[in-house]
Amino acid sequence: MASTTEQAAATTNEAAQSAAPRRSVTLRLWRGDADGGGLVDYEVPALEGEVVLDVVHRIQATSAPDLAVRWNCKAGKCGSCSAEINGKPRLMCMTRMSTLPQDEPITVSPMRTFPVIRDLVTDVSYNFTVAAAIPAFSPGPREADGTYRMAQVDIDRSQEFRKCIECFLCQNVCHVIRDHEDNKQYYAGPRFLARLAELEMHPLDNLDRRRYISEQMGIGLCNITKCCTEVCPESIHITDNAIIPLKERVVDARYDPVAWLGRKLLGRKPPKSATAVAAVAPLWRDRGAEHAGAGSKEA
Amino acid sequence: MPELERHDVDVLIIGAGGSGLRAAIDASATGARTAVVCKSLLGKAHTVMAEGGVAAALGNVWPEDNWEVHFRDTMRGGKLLNNWRMAQLHAQEAPERVLELEEWGALFDRTPDGRILQRDFGGHRYARLAHVGDRTGLELLRTVQQRSVSLGVEVFMECKIIRLLHGPSGEVNGAVGLWRESGRFVVFSAKAVVLASGGIGKTWKFTSNSWESTGDGHALALWAGADLIDMEFVQFHPTGMVWPPSARGILVTEGVRGDGGVLRNSEGRRFMFDYIPDFYAKETADSEAEADQWYGNKRDFRRPPELLPRDEVARSINAEVKAGRGSPHGGVFLDIASRRSAEDIKRRLPSMYHQFKELADVDITSEPMEVGPTCHYVMGGVRVDGDTTASTVAGLYACGEVAGGMHGANRLGGNSLSDLLVFGQRAGRYAAEHALGIKGTTIVDEAQVDAVCNEALGCFSAEGENPYALHQDLQETMQALVGIIRTESELIQAKERLEGFAERAAAVSVEGHRQFNPGWHLALDLQSMLAVANCTTGSAIERKESRGGHTRDDYRESDPDHFGKVNMVSRLHDGVVEVSESPLPTMPEELQALFEEGH
Ligand code: SF4
Ligand code: SF4
Ligand code: FES
Repeated sequence: MASTTEQAAATTNEAAQSAAPRRSVTLRLWRGDADGGGLVDYEVPALEGEVVLDVVHRIQATSAPDLAVRWNCKAGKCGSCSAEINGKPRLMCMTRMSTLPQDEPITVSPMRTFPVIRDLVTDVSYNFTVAAAIPAFSPGPREADGTYRMAQVDIDRSQEFRKCIECFLCQNVCHVIRDHEDNKQYYAGPRFLARLAELEMHPLDNLDRRRYISEQMGIGLCNITKCCTEVCPESIHITDNAIIPLKERVVDARYDPVAWLGRKLLGRKPPKSATAVAAVAPLWRDRGAEHAGAGSKEA
Repeated sequence: MPELERHDVDVLIIGAGGSGLRAAIDASATGARTAVVCKSLLGKAHTVMAEGGVAAALGNVWPEDNWEVHFRDTMRGGKLLNNWRMAQLHAQEAPERVLELEEWGALFDRTPDGRILQRDFGGHRYARLAHVGDRTGLELLRTVQQRSVSLGVEVFMECKIIRLLHGPSGEVNGAVGLWRESGRFVVFSAKAVVLASGGIGKTWKFTSNSWESTGDGHALALWAGADLIDMEFVQFHPTGMVWPPSARGILVTEGVRGDGGVLRNSEGRRFMFDYIPDFYAKETADSEAEADQWYGNKRDFRRPPELLPRDEVARSINAEVKAGRGSPHGGVFLDIASRRSAEDIKRRLPSMYHQFKELADVDITSEPMEVGPTCHYVMGGVRVDGDTTASTVAGLYACGEVAGGMHGANRLGGNSLSDLLVFGQRAGRYAAEHALGIKGTTIVDEAQVDAVCNEALGCFSAEGENPYALHQDLQETMQALVGIIRTESELIQAKERLEGFAERAAAVSVEGHRQFNPGWHLALDLQSMLAVANCTTGSAIERKESRGGHTRDDYRESDPDHFGKVNMVSRLHDGVVEVSESPLPTMPEELQALFEEGH
């Protein structure tokens, strides 16, 4: 019996924890608001099987009732609880305490790319602005029997992007906007490039957003570092499956008459002008006209 | 009080889950000025947690399926206590509501011939649930979210509605809200208000629900003078996670069982065979051999008992654990590992695989899951007109989980997402029609506004306890005394405790300032939870029978002659919840016939 216990303790952290239930952990939380703030240590007893969000909640229920944090599902499905844990962008509800080094304080700070509102809560409205600027899905008519037909293989890719829980961790980590606040005006960010890829690859969609993607959504600013893909909790291959193919399509649209013709022959996406597309994206309208070609550098 | 932020709209929708956004789409399509208010960010609503699918008799997998069969399944699942008109409209309109989602960009899994694939679920006679792996709720929410955004619907995020306002003849004409971010109040004047606020799960300790599910809409309706019905019927989903403790209550989709997963006790027995009620005996397999053949040949074999309606399965698990045949952490085993290939499991149930791997360090492709009942859904809610979703108060509408009647005493899996769509659409349409029929500007009563704001600020100067402690006591009480199995003495004890909680709630104090202060928000949400707890407990005392999501240890049988013919109505009288019986609407003969043909 003793040897089994020892073995278990040696292999997993939890077992070690349950063997010594009175251990404590220290969470070093960023507290403050738009005017500034700093890290504050909270020491709480370590409990078995907890995730970072549980510990944050226990701190809230005991020593810091006004600690601001967003969460909803506690199951990695809603994308509310994004933060930087020991400097890594992650979901608090899906980060088990046992996977973090427990002998030193665990730092939890708000996502850096978005302005802080309070404590761990940031102003992510930039993302909602971009979302509203995306030209809507535009399908053709239904079949005679009132349904649409699509083969599973033709929707696999778009379904991958629709797994997105909008945690905005990829947006947070993308250096184009993380290090250059100014770029937010010109750049949709990985989440929304994936959304655009989803629409472009959707078998029923009839709108051609390619010039819009290059001229208004700033796809050229992405230099394929893949940092976004690495942090995606849904393991969406943002760079490889969305951005790179999208870049190729955009290039095709602008410079490759053969590819252009090929697409037309396939008859899927009648091209529309960027202005026509921009007309269905009203919220993006106030971007300066001088930035309309932001994507052209890349090509 | 400083000058308040104000907005004037035609239709104010409270809640941005599936039903709220679906309502917004139709309300704004009629030309009504529409605003949606939600407590979280847009796209985070509890709808994302719905996993298995949306029930609609599309007939893609089983051409025999049609609305009449769906209607019958729904009513039988609800133990015939459903509002028949709602169940009928729901079954008739669900297919078009699903097809419409495709027009807005939704991508459901496909059949080999390119149509929407449908899966089996408990209580549904045919494979009927349109789905996307096990993340159907996310797909549905994202679709209506993207549609609403493209229509320019105005959304007020992270704003909690504290009270509704009413005009001179009692009609609802606005609401007072609180911006969570700034802690400032906001006043809405509106010609119609749609409640789409979801459920009440946070009143119980073990729940699949998020922090938002505090019964706000139920309470707002009650305080506005509306009737609630059937509040005793609370669904405990049979399969929630039981370990680790922090993950307790998180949902494990019924899709696991639909796709071949079975329940076993500590002796390895598929115990559901021991709990097949007479009501379902004809259509349920009575041996493992038959049950297993059903997955491959649904025409000639009967369904496995693991797919009985949720109330039956939850009670059975409860009984096994009580009898000492539970799993190490107080649940039972849900085993799909030994029944399907690892590849199949990962493809069909990707988020379950992920969830158990990340949260419990369990690989569901090689080990069984430990599961047990978790508070999941409230069948009861605002009493509405089946066609228009109008409540008993003028100008107030309700759809989705906050509305009562549709699911009777027990909801079938998959019928929630379809409910959201069907009645969300109707609520949006009829609320907008009502609003557009009212001429002139809406004037709210400033005295009511002041009173609401002052009361909400009271906890900053109070000297009582912190709201978290009270919330915990409330949850413990409801879990222990108003849980799956109930009995008169415990219910009465719960009622007494609730009186004590009300006093404590009145004195709750919060620290810090008004900006994004979760303690304050909880103090306000507690008011809703207490109102809901009173309705559920009160109705549970009065319904002296067992039926669906209400099981009485002291009245184990259902009583078709009396309680099978009544709804329990909760209504506020001089500030106190009163419960009374009200006759169930009678089903027309042609629908009744569907139950008599020996189906
Ligand atoms: S790959 Fe592109 S979008 Fe992703 S992080 Fe790098 S620059 Fe940003
Ligand atoms: S793509 Fe991934 S990282 Fe980005 S928002 Fe969606 S889920 Fe989050
Ligand atoms: S709380 Fe929903 S993803 Fe963490």
